[in-house]
Amino acid sequence: MPRNKIELPSIEYMSILDENGVVDKSLEPKIPVDKLKTMYRYMLLARRTDERMLLMQRQGRQGTFPQSSGHEAISMGSIIHLKKSDWHVPAYRELAGLLYRGWPIETTMLYWNGFEEGASPPEGVNDLPVCVPLATQLLHAAGLGMAMNFRDDNGVVMTYFGDGASSEGDTHEAMNFASVYQAPVVFMCLNNQYAISVPIHKQMRCETIAQRAISYGMPGIRVDGNDVLAIYQASLEAVERARAGEGPTLVEGLTYRYTPHTTSDDPKRYRSDEECKLWTSREPLARFKTYLTKKGVYSEKEFAELEEELDTIIKASVKKAETMAQSEELANPLAMFDYLYNDIPPYLQEQRDELKNHLEQMKKNKAGTSPQKHQAGAV
Amino acid sequence: MALMNMAKAINLALFEAMDRDDKVVVMGEDVGPDEGVFRITEGLYNKFGEKRVIDTPLAESGIIGTAIGMAIYGMKPVCEIQFSGFDYYNYHQLECHAARFRNRTRGRLTVPLVMRAPYGGGIRALEHHSESREAIYAHTPGLKVVIPSGPRNARALLHSAIQDPDPIIYYEPKAIYRLFKEEVPDTMETLPIGQSNVVQQGKDITLISYGASLRATMEAAEMLEEEDGVRPEVIDILTISPLDSACIIESIKKTGRAVVVHEGPRTCGLGAEVVARIVEAAILYLEAPIRRVTGFDTPIPYFSKERFYLPDAERVLAACRETLEF
Repeated sequence: MPRNKIELPSIEYMSILDENGVVDKSLEPKIPVDKLKTMYRYMLLARRTDERMLLMQRQGRQGTFPQSSGHEAISMGSIIHLKKSDWHVPAYRELAGLLYRGWPIETTMLYWNGFEEGASPPEGVNDLPVCVPLATQLLHAAGLGMAMNFRDDNGVVMTYFGDGASSEGDTHEAMNFASVYQAPVVFMCLNNQYAISVPIHKQMRCETIAQRAISYGMPGIRVDGNDVLAIYQASLEAVERARAGEGPTLVEGLTYRYTPHTTSDDPKRYRSDEECKLWTSREPLARFKTYLTKKGVYSEKEFAELEEELDTIIKASVKKAETMAQSEELANPLAMFDYLYNDIPPYLQEQRDELKNHLEQMKKNKAGTSPQKHQAGAV
Repeated sequence: MALMNMAKAINLALFEAMDRDDKVVVMGEDVGPDEGVFRITEGLYNKFGEKRVIDTPLAESGIIGTAIGMAIYGMKPVCEIQFSGFDYYNYHQLECHAARFRNRTRGRLTVPLVMRAPYGGGIRALEHHSESREAIYAHTPGLKVVIPSGPRNARALLHSAIQDPDPIIYYEPKAIYRLFKEEVPDTMETLPIGQSNVVQQGKDITLISYGASLRATMEAAEMLEEEDGVRPEVIDILTISPLDSACIIESIKKTGRAVVVHEGPRTCGLGAEVVARIVEAAILYLEAPIRRVTGFDTPIPYFSKERFYLPDAERVLAACRETLEF
């Protein structure tokens, strides 16, 4: 009766561009200049949009929302590999990727400001809307990938989730399904080390999230999630495998939740300023900028011009979002009934009419034509 | 007596319950050092430590499923699901297991757990954070469902829930967590589960509601009295399941008219059950059709338009007048 060791794959950690902007030449991916520019542009656009939305939230012009600052490398370094016909299934900190895929800035603003219209993908964009419940979207991604296989289509699904979501049962199910059916799915984990207040060491006892890939029979890798080049390289390999019919991959990007969980959260209650400071020095945008500078992709003047250009775009988007919010179409409460089914059932039409009549009556009341009051003693 | 809001009163009940019974533990996401996203578990982690105030991994099914094991072992888990909009993950554990162990084992194994969750709209929360799905639990045999409407009954009901030998869903109307304060007695009190409360005596019509909707209902009752000279009887249901039919029927026999108010969807909502009970037991006393003022049969709109979905005093008032004029 033997008692032997079962050999399992080991898990790699990859870092290419360190926090000082120093690159490991032996690992440096060959990225065309226009792609580098695109990546930086959308990372910066997401960062500045996020900052603007925070400002607006503090002014009462924006609802509660989860910031995406610091997560741009994981989103942008991976989404860049998708073709238009591929699918993007985000969680809710992938603003960079959404903007790159063609979601206008104002849709994000509308979504987090309480408008359903902000969840509707633009025509021709193969993205699912942001997903607030945790990990549920991973199954949808697996299903999209399974459909591609069953229909003999050649596509890839890129999906995102956090370290907290990795504890949900749906994460297990999604990875197992994707693996069983060899679905072309890339599972991108944004391990920012916090699920609201719960740090990663209280979330799980294993060393990495990436190593869970072994148990699903798929490749897994952990990379520096603030290093856009490492994310680029790891997700490129994953996408190539998926396109070659070799099934799913798990890529864990190790980063930090630089901001509160949402604008309602106060991280001072559960983590130290020192820790935040330490990680802030590792954030992804600054080191990418250093890299691009050294490579001569942009001059200081061009960086400044880009900032200005994006600022103008964001300002216009704010205006557009606020105008849209006031529009008759978006302000219409009756729309709540209109998209629930393909055809509105009679009972729902009655409820729609009921609300419509009530609102009209309220308008009349305001105008001074009160409805008849009930006379006491009449019953 | 001490003046406090509902959030504080629930916190007080947890404190008292944990203090008097070391089998009571609190578990959930962010209930430890963060003290809950609504700060309901404030001070508990410092006082009772990590073996009794348990920050769990992020998994609702995990929370309720393990709480079932702990309850069978003799502990009294009080689980916090961060928002009711996420308790569908753990519904299976409640429906198939928590609600059935007693029955399956002919009374040998019991599951005295409490699931607390903030529910309902009105705080401009983001998507999936404003639902009212208490009817799902009322529809689940083996569970009891309670919903407080203010600080004093919140504390008393939570004590009863924790002491109850069966699984309890304790839904907290988050819109009124900090909306108003009330005197709460210095000594611990309980409120029987399964008992509704007549909050205002009246004679011409009965208004029936619970949770945050009770506010709009009371507002409408005041308007009715002021503008129409009609004093309605108002019932605060408090226990959604098992429903206190006797309280409702007795009132209907007196008034002959009823309006039921809740923010959950109308179809198969609690109002449907209330109407059915009235029709079954008191149809001959009715002077008019019973009206339901509820959330519509749609998902609650995102917050920019949630006010159109939630029953307000104007909608309740209009329904009352129609009922009275019939």
